[in-house]
Amino acid sequence: MSDRRSALGPAFRDEPALVPYVVAGDPNQEATKEYVNALARGGADVIELGLPFSEPIADGPTIQNAIQRALSGGMTPERYLDLVAELDVDVPIVCMTYYNLIYQYGDSEGVEAFVAAAGDAGISGLIVPDLPVEESDPLREACDEHGLDLVFIVAPTTTDEREAKILAQASGFVYVQARMGTTGAQANVSSATHDSLGRLAETDLPKAVGFGVSEGDHAKEIVAGGADGVVVGSALVDIIASGENVAERLESKATELKSGALSGEEEVPQPE
Amino acid sequence: MSANGSDTENDAKFGEYGGQYVPEVLMPAIEELQSAYERYVLENEDDFMDEFRRHLRDFGGRPTPLQYADALSERYDRDIYLKREDLVHGGAHKLNNALGQVLLAKYMGKDRIVAETGAGQHGTATAMAATYLGIDCEVYMGRTDINRQRPNVFRMRTHDADVNPVDVGSGTLKEAINETMRDWATNVEDTHYVIGSVVGPHPFPRMVRDFQAVISEEAREQIQEQAGRLPDSVVACAGGGSNTMGAFHEFVGDEDVSLFAVEAGGSGLTIDEDEGLAPHSASLSTGENGVLHGARTKLLQSEDGQILESHSVSAGLDYSGVGPELAHLAETGRVTPVSVGDDAALEAFHRLSKLEGIIPALESSHAIAYLEAAEELGDLVVVNVSGRGDKDLDTVIEESEKRGIDAAPSMEVFE
Ligand SMILES: Cc1ncc(COP(=O)(O)O)c(C=O)c1O
Repeated sequence: MSDRRSALGPAFRDEPALVPYVVAGDPNQEATKEYVNALARGGADVIELGLPFSEPIADGPTIQNAIQRALSGGMTPERYLDLVAELDVDVPIVCMTYYNLIYQYGDSEGVEAFVAAAGDAGISGLIVPDLPVEESDPLREACDEHGLDLVFIVAPTTTDEREAKILAQASGFVYVQARMGTTGAQANVSSATHDSLGRLAETDLPKAVGFGVSEGDHAKEIVAGGADGVVVGSALVDIIASGENVAERLESKATELKSGALSGEEEVPQPE
Repeated sequence: MSANGSDTENDAKFGEYGGQYVPEVLMPAIEELQSAYERYVLENEDDFMDEFRRHLRDFGGRPTPLQYADALSERYDRDIYLKREDLVHGGAHKLNNALGQVLLAKYMGKDRIVAETGAGQHGTATAMAATYLGIDCEVYMGRTDINRQRPNVFRMRTHDADVNPVDVGSGTLKEAINETMRDWATNVEDTHYVIGSVVGPHPFPRMVRDFQAVISEEAREQIQEQAGRLPDSVVACAGGGSNTMGAFHEFVGDEDVSLFAVEAGGSGLTIDEDEGLAPHSASLSTGENGVLHGARTKLLQSEDGQILESHSVSAGLDYSGVGPELAHLAETGRVTPVSVGDDAALEAFHRLSKLEGIIPALESSHAIAYLEAAEELGDLVVVNVSGRGDKDLDTVIEESEKRGIDAAPSMEVFE
């Protein structure tokens, strides 16, 4: 963990981080570049860029639809990596995708080719929601070799035993899943979030909370509860889906979320 | 296992296939299921397996006959036996697994079950078992399948199950599984997912196989009693592969018995990558290794790894993946994957109906159709009739006419 090179860790060090998520290619590649820039201007510290897979079982309807739009627009892993390489932002990029795409990339089966290409394109880390620690050794090794972080999700159902296994494999940050179920914007912060943050209090990896976060006030509450950052996806994807003044609204949403997170920082209980 | 107490393995993998590729939120439930599977199914704790067998007998109507098929035997000039899973309560082998898992859910203290269904047969079996054993049941079913399997939708509703239509994608089994996984991920603490075939994350493929293995346990004994020896071959259709594995399991160790898994060849074994679809469901014969719905297995997918929509005239075979154990047995050469197209399956549907007085499910019709390749099957053949075809009559009337299937009875005189 801590002795692994981490491109993502520093993004959480100085102040609470905003980690926005959008689906690459939704609705097209040019738009994605514009949106990434807007999010960076709004204060994003890490950007999660979804590489769309046809069977997104961890995602709710909002992101499923975004993935469908991106796939219909012709997004492929190859084009995704080109797009990332062409991005002109200072913010580290994390690739969020499902295991089959990583496994199938390139001419030979296995995960190495994708990780190498992702590293070359400038990706700093991976999040693979259908890959539990039990199956993650090959990807962990490839990420270590190519200097990428491998982020794991801790869910409200995760037992202490599993949490220890996950923390032993994770790098960059720990993704704290705020509620049961799938992704999707919600009206309030789930109590499961606070329980999870409590359990992870001693962990030296940064903790970012996602699944359902949609407002500055949520970000504030989550950071005040001990998180090092917030991940926000569906609320941003909703703005993209609306098609109206998208870049401008993404930037102001990011600004709102970031300032929420910053104000939460003042309320974090200080260790004695 | 299971049933004969010999297999106590509980590995997540079959060779390189299988595993547990699911979101973390589900992993604790899968660990819980794994331990329940070990205790109740493999070790018969609290007499679970005895109770299961009693329900199979009293509610399910087991054992099913192994029927000597006179007319088919004459037509193909060899001895053909039909394993009559169409006679299981509900009309298909699906009840074997549904009863096992619903009972297990109760032993685990869950108070709600969810299931996906393609042909509606698994949904129906689950709804029946849930009513019989007294637990709430919700079923996800693709819109396309709802439209082509209406009698089963009505049957599920009759048993008070909620049927939730799934509109995304092509509205078939693959999408229904995605949606059920999402429900499970939301309600995992009090809900068990009764998966409908030998697919999904470990321990599902093993556990479902163990519940279905009763088919080959019975058939193996019956054929020895009735024919005096083991068969030269066993033939079963393969969607996810649960009736296939059920019919094969007890024969896997009998090296002289050939095992044929008949997949849906649809309208041809090509693939249209641009459209993202395969006009067939032959993932075992033509698929590539990948990860879907919790397991590493053979899949219909694009070069990039996007899953392709499959096709079959038979809703229960219309799936882009296949069980990992079957993938492994095919890879190692123990099982021979073959395929039969839509038209041939429709012809076989009418052939069995006319020759033997049995209306087979369109899924099972694929297995029957493979008898046309009689030579390679040998002299003594067991075919698994996985279900009865009442649910398919609307489709058969429409598709037979559209395709001009010769054997189909004309309904014109009545119009
Ligand atoms: C009668 C019947 N046979 C076969 C199948 C295919 O499933 P499996 O391959 O899991 O047996 C189905 C699925 O619904 C079915 O209803």
